[in-house]
Amino acid sequence: MNSTVALLLCGPAALLATAVMAAGASRLAAATRLVYGATLAISAVLLATAASHLAGNPGEASATLPLGLPWTGARFRLDGLSAFFLVVVNLGGTITSLYGLGYGRHESQPHRVLPFYPAFLAGMNLVVLANDAFSFLLSWEFMSLASWALVMAHHRDEANRRAGYIYLVMASFGTMALLLAFGLLAGPAGTYAFDAMRTAHPDRFAAGAVLVLMLLGAGSKAGLVPLHAWLPLAHPAAPSHVSALMSGIMTKVAIYGFIRVVFDLLGEPAWWLGVAVLLIGGVTAVLGILHALMEKDLKRLLAYSTIENIGVIFASLGLALAFKANGMPSAAALAFTAALFHVLNHSFFKSLLFFGAGAVLSATGERDMEKLGGLIHRLPVTSFVFLIGCVSISALPPFNGFASEWLVFQAILRSPELPQWGLKVIVPAVGGMLALSAALAAACFVKAFGITFLGRARSAAVERAHEVDRWSLAAMVVLAAFCLLAGILPGLVIDSLSTVTLPLVGERMPVQMAQPWLSIVPIAESRSSYNGLLVFAFITISASLAAFFIHRFASHALRRGIAWGCGFPDAVPAAQYTAVSFAQPIRRVFGGFAFRSRETVDMPAPGALEPARLKVEMHDVAWEIFYQPITGAIDFATERLNHLQFLTIRRYLTLVFLYLVILLLVLALWP
Amino acid sequence: MISQLAVQGAQMLSVLLLAPLLIGFVRKVKARLVRRQGPSLIQPYRDLVRLMRKEVVLADNASWLFRVTPYLIFAATWVAAALVPTFATGLEFSWTADLIVIVALLGSARFFQALAGMDVGTSFGGLGASREVMIASLAEPAMLLIVFSLALLAGATQLSTVAAFMGSPEVGLRVSLGMSLIALVMVAIAENARIPVDNPATHLELTMVHEAMILEYSGRHLAMIELATFLKLLLYMSLIACVFLPWGLDGASAGPKALAIGAAAYLCKLAVLAILLAVFETAVAKMRVFRVPDFLGAALMLALLGTLLLFVSRSL
Repeated sequence: MNSTVALLLCGPAALLATAVMAAGASRLAAATRLVYGATLAISAVLLATAASHLAGNPGEASATLPLGLPWTGARFRLDGLSAFFLVVVNLGGTITSLYGLGYGRHESQPHRVLPFYPAFLAGMNLVVLANDAFSFLLSWEFMSLASWALVMAHHRDEANRRAGYIYLVMASFGTMALLLAFGLLAGPAGTYAFDAMRTAHPDRFAAGAVLVLMLLGAGSKAGLVPLHAWLPLAHPAAPSHVSALMSGIMTKVAIYGFIRVVFDLLGEPAWWLGVAVLLIGGVTAVLGILHALMEKDLKRLLAYSTIENIGVIFASLGLALAFKANGMPSAAALAFTAALFHVLNHSFFKSLLFFGAGAVLSATGERDMEKLGGLIHRLPVTSFVFLIGCVSISALPPFNGFASEWLVFQAILRSPELPQWGLKVIVPAVGGMLALSAALAAACFVKAFGITFLGRARSAAVERAHEVDRWSLAAMVVLAAFCLLAGILPGLVIDSLSTVTLPLVGERMPVQMAQPWLSIVPIAESRSSYNGLLVFAFITISASLAAFFIHRFASHALRRGIAWGCGFPDAVPAAQYTAVSFAQPIRRVFGGFAFRSRETVDMPAPGALEPARLKVEMHDVAWEIFYQPITGAIDFATERLNHLQFLTIRRYLTLVFLYLVILLLVLALWP
Repeated sequence: MISQLAVQGAQMLSVLLLAPLLIGFVRKVKARLVRRQGPSLIQPYRDLVRLMRKEVVLADNASWLFRVTPYLIFAATWVAAALVPTFATGLEFSWTADLIVIVALLGSARFFQALAGMDVGTSFGGLGASREVMIASLAEPAMLLIVFSLALLAGATQLSTVAAFMGSPEVGLRVSLGMSLIALVMVAIAENARIPVDNPATHLELTMVHEAMILEYSGRHLAMIELATFLKLLLYMSLIACVFLPWGLDGASAGPKALAIGAAAYLCKLAVLAILLAVFETAVAKMRVFRVPDFLGAALMLALLGTLLLFVSRSL
């Protein structure tokens, strides 16, 4: 057994031990500190191991443990892809544990969080390491159940119970789809091991079916439209640091599952599989961010924005599939690197934003943006790092979100070289959708930051708010620094991803760190290049120059006065723009087709004293088209079958007899 | 190296110095078109100096973000404007950013401007910010689709390469280029808050977008924001000039004579575009805010059609 894999397997074991210990000791006063301290240390060790593997030796290592199914054992394997995702998982785990050291103290029922938190981390680590279908599915289910328990941590809230229920149903559905996908991959021989699946190539029909099943299975966990319905309910229901893990990290584990099967186990894909993934990704991105724009609950807004980012990642993966299928490995490497880069970036800024939302929640007790406002005066550090998160997720230079989206656009611009007509037309259209979602994301996060942190306080809770503890602040500052660093040194990330892309798409992106001035040049300098470091430096220098010039030559006088209110004195804070009114123009533009929204104004007769009312009606179209018919059908069927519970014994015997006859008939008539 | 840096520096300074003059010129032409005398050409410079000398009146609730934003907006716009080829291509730092980055830099400036609008906590700021992001959410994808079709034609998003390609004889007349040009002009009008999307001269509450966001700014802060607005107009005009009227553009290392020709050509192009803008603005009326999505949706569709037509025309 390889020592690195052994070390990486000891990590989840230690996390599970921590979980057991936490279950016993969770009512102790020091339990919070102990558990998060332990997970912090374990995740840090795992992170260092995985990162050194990724940076140093790109080889593969595997191990088989005598666990699980008899005679087969549980296989684990470490390669470039799993090392990269281990870095994502454990970087998230480390920083979330750091945050938890402070945030966890506010937890009213620690015994409902502490045992499941390390178990959740262990599950995610094991999914990434698994090398046979059985251990993969087992770890996947373990991860789902641990996160379900965390969603149900505050189960006295009716909404959380409903979220937990829907999550459980969707998770079971997803696992069933994965089970079927692995069944198809294993073929009639029933080979569980990934190594065997890798060498066996399924026929075209089976490959298509596996891809659809993976889109259902991994896509439901990641939040692809229309399988996203559970995500904006479940992610915000958990405690904030767990929300960060679920949104920032667990969705990435789902993407890992998709990549592992579709890029690694499935062999050569057909080009139209790429089209399906591309289109679903584009639609997911636009619908996810439109839903986020309509939200006024800060954590639900972040959860919906996760759906948008998952859409961007899937669109990029679809592009990589299309390029790979057409034998264009360099373009496939570009699209694939862009997807992985965005995976890393999203794990940074989404965790950061959920931490910020958690800080706001613990400082004010509010998640509803309409009751916040003006927090920039009360929470200076939190608001600054939250702003960095907002800028990063809105794909604005020089931060990291822009670097990866820029790479996605560069990959899209290689589409004219594709031979198929369908792809040539669809790829620019998807590019337009991604551009639309990026612009809407900027609008969404102007709203999120503007309503929550700017303006005047909309409730008394805000006036009493104080900056959060130092552990939480440290975690957020570290993530904000990562957002900037990955934005100004994108070449570093791209180069370290080369060991991941090379085995999966057969090519890597050109070495970036050797470029002059650390710019990134995906194809050729005359074609396109971007230098985050210089853009950052230029903006800093010109802003400082302007500030210096102004302070040297312009007037210094400054007077505070009341804001201009058109001659009306001192408007109440409730008269400010709210989250809903901010989104109103965009709702009018896009709401018609995305939500079938309708506004009705109820205007009282002249002279009447009751107030005028504006009513906005919005529909969750995905819910109504996909879920309501299914739940309706199940209700209908159970209603009908319910009668079968109350029959006499004679009737039951008759039924059994008839069933046997039918079975025998079928056997007799079967050719 | 030194001469390259000098050319780059000259470009940075020239956009900064030319931008107010361009605005003064547009205003003068507009005034003459309606038979007014109009303010002098250098009035925008005087306005800027006057604003810088005035004291800043800051709303009680304004935070540090409100005070930092003018410098950030100015810096992002200036960097973007300095990276668009004006009188020469292939500048020393032109590889720092391609066309997508330039669009995104303007997006950063707008992001902070919208936030600053919401900082004071009045309805006007929120109104301006929410309308601005609505306009941007349509203008940015349209702009990126224009970039796509240019990049598909020229095989690059690097502006210098695009300009060189557009200047070469292999371009010819193309329908999709025409569509891109129309779409780009529409986006430029929306982005610069010109008539018919927004009126830079209005302070009527119901119609203003850009002015509503900056309503609380005064003194030196307002001067920075105004200068950034001037720079943005110059940037879009330079962009149209460099992509669609690439005559006289030469590499930065071409020597002083070529540079002088480039500079003279650039000034002529700016003058022509400014006159066209003034005529257009005088001829049309401002539209209702909720007609703007239709206007920009048309730009978006034109850009997309231009991209798709490229494939059709290529395969024929």
